[in-house]
Amino acid sequence: MSTTKRFLFVNRKAPYGTIYAWESLEVVLISAAFEQDVSMVFVDDGVYQLAKGQDTSQLGIKNFSPTYKALGDYDVNKIYIEKESLDARGLTLADLLDLKYEDEDDDWAEKDSIHVVSSAELAEIMDQQDVVLSF
Amino acid sequence: MPMLHVVNKSPFDRNSLESCIRLATKGSAVIMIEDGVYGATKGTTVADAVSKAKNELAIYVLGADLKARGIDDARLIDGIKVVDYNDFVKLTVENDKVQSWL
Amino acid sequence: MKFGIQINEGPYTHESSTTALNFVKAAIEAGHEIYRVFFYHDGVNNGTRYTTPPQDDRNIVNAWSELAEKHKLDLVICVAAAQRRGIVDEGEQERNGKDGNNIASGFRISGLGQLIEAGIQSDRLVVFGD
Repeated sequence: MSTTKRFLFVNRKAPYGTIYAWESLEVVLISAAFEQDVSMVFVDDGVYQLAKGQDTSQLGIKNFSPTYKALGDYDVNKIYIEKESLDARGLTLADLLDLKYEDEDDDWAEKDSIHVVSSAELAEIMDQQDVVLSF
Repeated sequence: MPMLHVVNKSPFDRNSLESCIRLATKGSAVIMIEDGVYGATKGTTVADAVSKAKNELAIYVLGADLKARGIDDARLIDGIKVVDYNDFVKLTVENDKVQSWL
Repeated sequence: MKFGIQINEGPYTHESSTTALNFVKAAIEAGHEIYRVFFYHDGVNNGTRYTTPPQDDRNIVNAWSELAEKHKLDLVICVAAAQRRGIVDEGEQERNGKDGNNIASGFRISGLGQLIEAGIQSDRLVVFGD
């Protein structure tokens, strides 16, 4: 019998200025093959990774933001965003990508993967995890 | 399920320590390593916040990194415990999981 | 306990690799097992055998190779990150048509799954990075 652990992927950095956002997403996608209980957290500048309307055409860097939309298909649907981080940056949920998944336990109903949570709530969520990966 | 939080950046360079303190639950442990050790020194603009955090979190600082940076134990905020690598390992064992604030 | 170690940065520019080395040594001394050391992002640069650091400072690549040999450590370099940064073993050299390879002794190149597996199999996963 294989072990199932609660994996938490913590994202605190903005996209494109460094590669961490993209390379950490690659780890999350691979983790899907291992059938673990995966959550993602976006805190501080990490919230910028989920901003809508990313257009990298003038930079010549690959725009990887569409990949976030695939997370639902990979069974990654526990995506937590810290409200304090959004507020500090003048952002709301409306500024972010609309990430959804289909709940197989609820007749494949389409649901939101993103949950905006307070610092206190996020602290509790982090505490529930078994393995925390940071990038 | 206590977590060991690892902070390796100066509080004047990054907000890692600030975010760590904001998101660490009561009873967790924090170890400052590398440039993070500057967060353990007295008389800075963050010293009060760190001192206050000590009421809920067990705060440690890696001696080897303090020494490298010429920081004398006398300059540390009261109640922050200086540890070595063996203690660092023990802290990872005594807490259920480790989170590095990168 | 079994430790999984993740290293996100290369040698010298960041203290991470040195801190990780010191941590791993202390863990081994305390009788713990190092399940795997996984090098990701610029961490893959710890695995090139072509570094020539100054004589009066530490040789990080050699330190990892020697530690790996002494304690039979599994040092894994992420293939995707390695391809981006030019860390090549014989297999990658052939697969990607390179005119040489540069991997240091004791390291092997493998997939990201090895990191997830380390997280599953270890009792503690410790990340060293920027």
